[in-house]
Amino acid sequence: MVFHHLLYQYSAEIIGGGLIGLAASLLLLCNGRIFGISGIIAGLFQARLLSEFWWRLCVVLGLIASGLVVKFVEHSTLPSVSPDKNWSLTLGGLLVGFGTQLGSGCTSGHGVCGVSRLSSRSIAATLIFMATGIVTVTFLGVE
Amino acid sequence: MNLPTFTAFGSSFLFGCGLTVSGMADPLKIKGFLNIFGQWDPSLCFVIIPAIAVHSLSYRFIKRRSSPLIAPYFVIPQKNKIDRQLLLGSALFGIGWGMSGFCPGPAILSLGTLSTPPILFVISMISGMLLFQGTYLAVPILRMSKR
Repeated sequence: MVFHHLLYQYSAEIIGGGLIGLAASLLLLCNGRIFGISGIIAGLFQARLLSEFWWRLCVVLGLIASGLVVKFVEHSTLPSVSPDKNWSLTLGGLLVGFGTQLGSGCTSGHGVCGVSRLSSRSIAATLIFMATGIVTVTFLGVE
Repeated sequence: MNLPTFTAFGSSFLFGCGLTVSGMADPLKIKGFLNIFGQWDPSLCFVIIPAIAVHSLSYRFIKRRSSPLIAPYFVIPQKNKIDRQLLLGSALFGIGWGMSGFCPGPAILSLGTLSTPPILFVISMISGMLLFQGTYLAVPILRMSKR
C-alpha cells in the first residue's frame, strides 16, 4: 500500500529519473561515451580534434535546448535562485568547476553512470560529495 | 550535422527532459534533499534510483557489444584506485553543490531559461575548471599519484 502511494506521489521523479538513465544509456550505446557532464564540458577546452569538440558541444546544446523548451513552451523559468545569492553562485560555481575536475566527475558521471557500473571510485566520490553537500546545507541553510 | 552529433544532441535533450520532469533542475529541490537535518525533501532518492536502475541494466547489454552503434570504440574510465584527488575533488564539488544547489548538468540546462543566476554560476564553474586545468599543468604536487 505504501509502495503504491509512493509510486504515485513521486511519479514525476521516477519517470524523470528513468529518462536520465535512458539518456545516459543512449549516449553510451551510440557514441560510446559516459554521460559525465563535467568531463564533457571540460573536454570542450581540451579538445584537439574537431570531432572531439563537436559531440561535446552537441551535449551542451541539447541541455540548453531542453531548457529553452521549459522557458518557451512551458512559459516558465524554473524556480531560480533569489537575486541576493550572487556570492553563493560565484563561489559555488568555482568550487563545482574546480572540484569536478580534481575529482574527475559530478552527479551525472559518478552518481548515475559510475555507480551503475559499480565503480568503487564513483561510489566513494558520490558518498563524499553527498556528505559535504549535506554539511554545507546544514550550515548555510536552504535559502 | 552527422550522426554522432545528432545522437549526442538527442540523448542530451532527453537527459534534460529527465532533469526537468524530475524537478532536479531546481536548486531549491536539490538543497531540500541535502537538508537532511532540517525539512528533508527525499525527491532526489526517487530520481537517482530509477536512473541507476535503468542505466545499470542497459549497461550490461551495451557492454557486451564490441563497439558502440556509431562511434568506433567505447571510452570508459579505467581507473580503479580511490586517490586523494578523487576524495578532495568530490568534497569540494559537494560544498559548491550545497552552496548553490547547482551541479553542471542542471546549470547548463538552466541557461536555456535565459535567467541570470545560471549564467553567473556557469561562468564561475568554467572559471574553476580552467583554473584547475591551468594549475594542474603548473603545479606538479596536484598530480600526486597521477604520474
